[in-house]
Amino acid sequence: MCLAIPMTVKSIEGTRALAEAYGVEKYVDIAMTPDVVVGDKVIIHAGFVIEKLDPESAREIEAAWDEYHRVMNDDGAAGRRNGA
Amino acid sequence: MADGLRSLRLERDLRIMEVCGTHTTEFFRSGVRDVFPEGLSLIDGPGCPVCVTPNDYLDRAIEIARVHGVTVATFGDMVKVPSSYSSLAREKSTGMRLEVVYSPLDALEFAAVNQDVQVMFLSVGFETTAPTEAVAVRRARERNILNFSILCGNKLTPPAVKALLDAGETRIDGFILPGHVSAIIGVEPWRFVAESYHKPCVVAGFESYDLITSTINLVRMIGEQRNVVENGYARVVRDGGNPKAREIMYDVFEECEAHWRGIGVIPGSGLALRDGYAGFDAARRFPVDPPAPRQHPGCRCGDLLRGLIIPTGCGLFGTACTPENAVGPCMVSSEGPCSAYYKYGGM
Ligand code: SF4
Repeated sequence: MCLAIPMTVKSIEGTRALAEAYGVEKYVDIAMTPDVVVGDKVIIHAGFVIEKLDPESAREIEAAWDEYHRVMNDDGAAGRRNGA
Repeated sequence: MADGLRSLRLERDLRIMEVCGTHTTEFFRSGVRDVFPEGLSLIDGPGCPVCVTPNDYLDRAIEIARVHGVTVATFGDMVKVPSSYSSLAREKSTGMRLEVVYSPLDALEFAAVNQDVQVMFLSVGFETTAPTEAVAVRRARERNILNFSILCGNKLTPPAVKALLDAGETRIDGFILPGHVSAIIGVEPWRFVAESYHKPCVVAGFESYDLITSTINLVRMIGEQRNVVENGYARVVRDGGNPKAREIMYDVFEECEAHWRGIGVIPGSGLALRDGYAGFDAARRFPVDPPAPRQHPGCRCGDLLRGLIIPTGCGLFGTACTPENAVGPCMVSSEGPCSAYYKYGGM
């Protein structure tokens, strides 16, 4: 039930933000994270932004993933559902 | 990375517990369980909110719907969970009005546009979900939507981990801690596990990468007797958690004792609406006297949630109890250990 997915904030109006991931857009509530700005990567749970992704550590993990898939010799399509 | 996990040499057999139900599923789905080194076991913990909700909660919800004719709004996970005598799905087929929602705000919106019905939202979930439910209650009050209420069933996870450790029924060498619960509460509330009970802990994310590195780090910490809480999900979890979310949650709710399936009553492990929000409390607004709860005598969900058995240790697993015809919640919930073992082949 604590499944949560990363999305990117496209626009903000009041306590609502439009967020996007993989071409899918949806409105989410930002009452818990009032300081989000357009362009932030955020984690969504039950229609709410529960936290911002720290861009620095997010880049680190992306690099680690790329390295992983380079070593495993695949394109990373499997196992990258990103969530939960 | 996977090889790094597979080739770990353990000095003794290790039992690590993943507290979070989403981790239970992800360890299977990602295949990370398959690369565990010999001697390493993963014990499922009390981290699936649907599973730990005892029958009397759903019994009350169904009784309220029957007696007071309310519309029940709920997250989808609850729909097929057996209650003592029925389930929401079964009640729906005999006339109960059921609204499945993705967010508590959807339930509020449903109430706003259907002023002629009473809408009762089933407020279950851990610290990740409770603030979203708190926001819905606050908005209901701000917007004067008085046909909305919630049936409180939220639970707090650190007290349950403490209860397991205090009971001492099973050996646990270290903990994989829930990532999105920790995004709200931070790392601090877990320190007692490392410091008072001397069990290393890693707060973990949910990618295969997170599961592998967190497991490797936890095994090393156990070997080195490094009893600390490591934050392995720093890209989302701040050490201090999300203070704004907690402020909202504790504005609406206060801690109370709560009844956990299999574990019993744990002090300070539940959330009740504060008196200022009493008007939105379905239990106070719609008094009922539900029949005494009961459960299938063969179902071992309780033992499972305490880490005493794995799902295949239940005599009903895969025979009398399957996802299509579940006896207990652990087989219904998408994050239940029995459904994960059933779906991904078990072992
Ligand atoms: S297999 Fe079914 S009956 Fe057995 S513990 Fe799991 S949910 Fe309960």
